[in-house]
Parts: sequence; C-alpha cells; structure tokens
Amino acid sequence: MNTEDPDEISSKVENRAELGGDMEMSNDAPLSLYVPEPAVRPGGVPDFSNVPIPKAGSVARPEVDVDPKMIRDLAFSIIRVLNREGQAVGPWAGLLTDDELLEGLRHMMTLRAFDARMLMAQRQGKTSFYMQHTGEEAISCAVRKATLSGDMNFPTYRQAGLLIAGGYSLVDMMCQIYSNERDPLKGRQLPVLYSAREHGFFTVSGNLATQFIQAVGWAMASAIKNDTKIALGWIGDGSTAESDFHAALVFASTYKAPVVLNIVNNQWAISTFQGIARGSSGTFAARGLGFGIAALRVDGNDYLAVHAVARWAVERARRNLGPTLIEYVTYRAGAHSTSDDPAAYRPKTESDAWPLGDPVIRLKNHLIQRGVWSEERHKQEETHVLETVIAAQKEAESHGTLHSGGRPSVRDMFEGVYAEMPPHLRRQRQQAGV
Amino acid sequence: MPRKTMIEAIRDAMDVMMARDDKVVVFGEDVGFFGGVFRATQHLQAKYGKTRCFDTPISELGIVGAAVGMAAYGLRPCVEIQFADYMYPAYDQIVSEAARLRYRSNGEFTCPLVVRMPTGGGIFGGQTHSQSPEALFTHVCGLKTVVPSNPVDAKGLLIAAIEDPDPVIFLEPKRLYNGPFDGNTDRPVTPWSKHDLGEVPEGHYAVPLGKAVVRREGAALTVLAYGTMVYVAETAAAETGVDAEIIDLRTLLPLDLAAIEASVRKTGRCVIVHEATLTSGFGAELSALVQETCFYHLEAPVTRVAGWDTPYPHAQEWDYFPGPARVGRALLAAMEQ
Repeated sequence: MNTEDPDEISSKVENRAELGGDMEMSNDAPLSLYVPEPAVRPGGVPDFSNVPIPKAGSVARPEVDVDPKMIRDLAFSIIRVLNREGQAVGPWAGLLTDDELLEGLRHMMTLRAFDARMLMAQRQGKTSFYMQHTGEEAISCAVRKATLSGDMNFPTYRQAGLLIAGGYSLVDMMCQIYSNERDPLKGRQLPVLYSAREHGFFTVSGNLATQFIQAVGWAMASAIKNDTKIALGWIGDGSTAESDFHAALVFASTYKAPVVLNIVNNQWAISTFQGIARGSSGTFAARGLGFGIAALRVDGNDYLAVHAVARWAVERARRNLGPTLIEYVTYRAGAHSTSDDPAAYRPKTESDAWPLGDPVIRLKNHLIQRGVWSEERHKQEETHVLETVIAAQKEAESHGTLHSGGRPSVRDMFEGVYAEMPPHLRRQRQQAGV
Repeated sequence: MPRKTMIEAIRDAMDVMMARDDKVVVFGEDVGFFGGVFRATQHLQAKYGKTRCFDTPISELGIVGAAVGMAAYGLRPCVEIQFADYMYPAYDQIVSEAARLRYRSNGEFTCPLVVRMPTGGGIFGGQTHSQSPEALFTHVCGLKTVVPSNPVDAKGLLIAAIEDPDPVIFLEPKRLYNGPFDGNTDRPVTPWSKHDLGEVPEGHYAVPLGKAVVRREGAALTVLAYGTMVYVAETAAAETGVDAEIIDLRTLLPLDLAAIEASVRKTGRCVIVHEATLTSGFGAELSALVQETCFYHLEAPVTRVAGWDTPYPHAQEWDYFPGPARVGRALLAAMEQ
C-alpha cells in the first residue's frame, strides 16, 4: 500500500533519472518500508476476525512417529478439544480422568489466586516486581502434567504453573518473590525468576530466549548419556526473534534432540504486537517447518488440548523420535508486568473479545458438563484456594518482605559466584565488612 | 620426556580427560571428523566416538548455549570457538548464562564448562583472526580466564580447567602453537621440540589455576606478561641487558596478586605487556593493582606496552604487534626514571 501523492512520486522518479545519468531507468515507484501494525489500537473496537479458529475436534491426531513433513498443516491450524458447549471432542480428547481434570482446575485456580495476592503484595510495596499469568494458566499447568519427574523445563518468567502443578511449595515461591530470609535464592534474583532443580525447573534468566538453546543442549546431554529424560524449552512470541531461538531449532533439528520446544504466543511482547516478531510468516509454529521439525499449534486456553499435544510431543521426544515445536495460541489478559500499562497500547476490552475464552472458565464448564462439578462447588473451591494461598502468604511474610523483616545476609551477596571464593572477592567482602 | 607442540599438548589434555571422565564432551566447528582447523581435536572423534566429539553448525551462540545446557545436566563440555574473534555471538551465553548459573540458582545449577579459543595475532590474520579479547572476560564475574604460554602449562592448565567446577575461558595464543615466538619476524622460530617447555609429561597432571610463575628472575624491574608476550619480554630483556624479572601470569582471573606483589616490592619497577589493545585492557587492572599494593616500593611509574587502539591491521601487523623493540624501549625508559 502506498499512500503517497502520485505526482510527488513521479517527480522523485524524474529526479532519480537525472542523477542516474546514463542508467536505464524503469518506471518503478520509489521503495517504501512496510512496518506492521496491530489491527486495533486504544479507542478502537477489538477485532479478532483475522484469527481463524477451527472447530474443536476438527484437527487430526497423527501417530507420534509420524514423519514431520506429513503434518505440515498442523503448523497452521489450531488443535482444540473443548467446544463451546464445554464438551471434549475429537481425536485429542479423552486422555484425562475426572480427578486429573479437577486437579488441573485446582492448579489453575491456585495460580490465579497466587497471582492476585502477589500483585497486591507488590502494590503494597512488599516486593519490587511481579508478573502475572492471567489467561495463560492452562499452558504451564497442563504441560507439567504431561512430563515425568526428572524431565527438565527451561522456562521463561511466565510458567509458574510448572511449579504449582508439580507440587512445589507456595511458601518458597513467595519467599523468593519477597527476597526474604527464607528465599531459596538468597535474594540474588529478581522476583519470579525461580530455580527448582528437583522440580524440573531450570533457573530463569530474565534474559530472553537464552534458555531455548540450553534446553536443546540439556536434551542432547541426556541422549549422549543414553538417559531417558527429556527437556522442554520455553519462549514467548516476541523473543522467537532472538538468535537463540534459531540456534535452538538448528541444533534440535541437526541432532534430533529429545526436546519439546514451546512457544507461548500471548499476542503481546510488552507493547509490541506479535506481528512484529512473526513478520510475514504464517504462524510461529511454521518456523519449525524449514528445519524439518514437527510443528503443531494448539489452543492455549484449552487445558485438555494443551495437555494432549504436550503429551504427544513428550512421548515423541522420549521415544527418541526427535524434537517438536508447539505454538500455544493464547492471550495475555493482564499487564506484561507490574511495570506495564496495557491501556496505553491496546483496547481495554480486547481481552474480553479474545475468541478462545478463559482457560479456568472453560475447564470449569467442561467439568460441570461432565456432571462432576457445579457453580457452587466452584465458588467453595475458590474460597478454599484463596485461603490456602493466604495461609502460605502469611507464613512467607513471617520470614520478611523486601523492605521489612528477615532478609538474606549481605555475606550471601559474595557467596556462590564461584564454587570457591577467589582471593579478590575475599578482599572485597572484607572491605564491605561482612 | 617426549616433546610436544602446544597443539599436541592441548589435544593430549582433552584426550586424557576424555579417557578419565566420560562426562567430558568436545565439540565445535570442524572439530569432529576433521579435528579442528588447528588440529587440536584430531583423532578424538575416532577414539571416543561421534557422541563425545562432534561437529556443530556454524553458530557460536548455539555451541556455547548448548554447552551450558549440557553442563547444567552434568556433563563437562570443552568446546572450541574457531577463533576468539568469532566469540561475540556467544557472548551473552557466556556472560549472562554460563557465568551466573551458580549464583542465580544458589548452586542448584552449575556450569563446569571450558570454552577454548585461539587468540592473538602474528599470523597475518587481519582484524577477524587476531584479536585478544581477554579483558572482555576478566571483567565478568563468575568466569575464570586462562592464557597458557607453552605446551607443558597448556596441558596442565587445560586439565585443571576441565576439572574446574566453574566456567573457564581458555585463550590459546595461536602464534605459540608451534614454537615460542618472540616477535622477531626476521629470525627462524625455535620449534617446541627444541625448547624445554615443550617437554610434556604423559598422562594426567594439573597446573593449578590462579598461580603465576617466574620465567626469568631479575632484580631491576618486573615485567608482567602472559601468552606470546612472555617470549617478547625475554628477548627484550636479553637485547637491552635490563635485568628484568618476567612473570608469566598464566591465569588472569583468579589473579596471583601475591606473586606480583612479591616481585614488584623487590624490583621497584613494573612494565606490563600485552598484545590486546591498550585502553581498558587487562593491563589497566594490573597497573591499578600494582600501584594500590606496591606504591611505596615503586621507583618509577608503572607503564604499559600493548597493541595500539586500532583494529588489528593486516599489512601493518608488525607495526601493531608489541614486539621486542617496543618492549625494550619501555624497559630502558623505566630504568631511566
């Protein structure tokens, strides 16, 4: 599209012809740079008509040993299980029992309540920073249940569901957020950049994308040692633009590493819409096709679909059939972080217009539809979950918050840079008087 | 005792460690079947198999990033960056990841990783095959930085680096691979087969990281050097007749400050020599430490001889390289103070 005045263009062309001397000139218009824009900005009416949503149950489920080139269409579709009536339909349905689904619902509700309490705690000045998962709870909660103990996730800052669904202590998570005396990371890390090796949760960097290639390396190591563990890499839509993403795909493809590479496409990278990172490629999942990697897109707000697709990819990796790239299509309903204000760059009602709905409500409706849940029990459970989170918060706060109460020692600042403290650091610690 | 080139000694160190510890893996560009462009990994793939020694895509970021993941798993990767000049795409993985895993995870994840890279000029490699980026590593907390100057040290230091629980940057002065080059380009180079430091013991031994060594004892002046500059300084001392004490630092971080202090307190003069560019080079750190710790023993200002603050040129290589004439002038100037 060129909005320039045609007369002005022709005069530029003439000028160019003069400068070009004896160069043969065509009648081409001058070049213009294309800069993608989201469909709507603040003040506009949210519009997701450009996001085609296939019917639940309509996408085939291939065998896990399928040749990736036979399923290239899965990189452009969206695998969905839950339909509008809350029924689980199609070939990806039927993997989870009622109890497992109820547990999944509880995990998502816990994560949501945890987010709400920690956001409030940040607003109260009990910590410096927080990042919510609102709208994306299904992804990390369901993927965790598709993995085994010993597998290693290389998460971003928005996969705390891996910890909650894996039974990690809420108190320890909060102590990390508060950087208090019980912080497992001794106050060294920004809030939510957890580390929990025993829970298959790699130390979160905060540098975007670096973990993606590390997950591939970890998986290669497992294969080198003829182990049975697999790795899972995590990345956001925006940071797929980093070189680390491409290095990860090259290495995963070359060595057929037992790794599941997860892209959480929540539409927004702080204020930047996903089209800036995606460019003109059809989908983020399609990035895998050029590497010959099995690539699937899934409804990220559908707990059952997320779990089914992750389980498929995990089994593929575990059977040494190679890597899988999964794009979870979701929407970041909250702010990027406590330092962000989405109203400045997108319509306030955009979240409500998101066509894939809310993951908690969708699973709740499904369980009601199955006859094992009710609105009343859901309300009771909300109360129970909130009480559990508040109890954990009280215990965590008894060990201090960022600016009051127990805090990590200044000595801890000097420890752990190396296995053994070198002389120059010992001197500096003495200078600091600790 | 058999004599080896520095390349053979480095290969021997990896061979010894791969045989002792099946967690040691070696990879990089052209490293597998071919054995590396400098042949440092020759025969290792044939001996230990393709999953212990292999070629990688041309992605320094990928090499180091994958190695960080492997180290977190529990392997001990020893990877090659073909030239130190190519390490920049991997710099984020080195600085923000390898160097900080232990700290940020409170020891849950560690990174016992060695990144080998040929460094320095003297082979007409121009600006992309000649750089000495050591200061870019010594500035990073969590890394150790090693620069061997001879085969016997190279083997022992590399073994110590592979056994170290933390990431080690292992910079190999490529002009020393075949012999102790002293910067005199008009004279034939002595091969390591004719040099005592080419005598490399068989089997396993470690040269501890963080220990300097005195290469030439002297009373008049201390020269702090590492890598190729050790030989340049030796020749400069011989040609000027200055009774210099030459310290080969071997490890830049952790630094053997005690050895530096002992020597400078004795001689009262200090000249620092490195091939890397001058401004904000490692010599600046050395100079600061010497004046902080030895100020009342100094009889002359601490001076530095280094590469000029220009990209490494091609045709002007020997005008750029801090050779024995420039170092010799600095020694004489320090003695005149």
